[in-house]
Amino acid sequence: MANDTEIKYLTPIKVESQRKKYCRFKKSGIKYIDYKDADFLLKFVNEQGKILPRRITGTSNKYQKKVAQAVKRARHLALMPYVADLLK
Amino acid sequence: MVRQYETVFIMTPVLSDEQIKETVGKYQKLLQDGGAEIVDENNWGMRKLAYPIQKKTSGYYYLIEFRAEGNLIAKLETAYKRDERLLRFLTVSLDKFAIAYNEKKRAGGLKSQQKASEKRERKEVKEVKTEEVKEN
Repeated sequence: MANDTEIKYLTPIKVESQRKKYCRFKKSGIKYIDYKDADFLLKFVNEQGKILPRRITGTSNKYQKKVAQAVKRARHLALMPYVADLLK
Repeated sequence: MVRQYETVFIMTPVLSDEQIKETVGKYQKLLQDGGAEIVDENNWGMRKLAYPIQKKTSGYYYLIEFRAEGNLIAKLETAYKRDERLLRFLTVSLDKFAIAYNEKKRAGGLKSQQKASEKRERKEVKEVKTEEVKEN
């Protein structure tokens, strides 16, 4: 029964190393986030329309604040929903 | 202090073309009388709302970009609030990056716009394909 814990593989299993996250605004030099561009802002919300946290998108603190502001403005103008399901 | 602002308002869809023109004209006049210099205007036209406002599912969007003194904004917003033909409005002051962005957009040199249109095309193609599969 001791063999159960010792499983040997012929080929080593591939453990995917996590790619380092980066801030897309810093990388591509975007300085202003437009609240009118709802298609772009859709990248920063989940399918319920909630704003995704920084730990998932990798956005820097400076630009996360701007993203949040832009999403909120877009919601006010009914360009994006406040609540939704199956947005994507 | 003179700053650059951008204002968007949504009119109810029940208005006739003349009424829309009249409403837009009213705010243009209000801005010009207040000493504002209108930089740009953009008529987005009738759009579907992401959620219903006052039981309406669509609205007529209009954007005005202008340079004015800060005290004009309060006058503009009180006029907005008193107007029953508007569903929503938003006025934001623009920083230097926003001004640069808008100028670039007007010149038509934005990558995101091109990408967005390309994406839409691709999506349409995909949708067509999935429909075909369903039929099969």
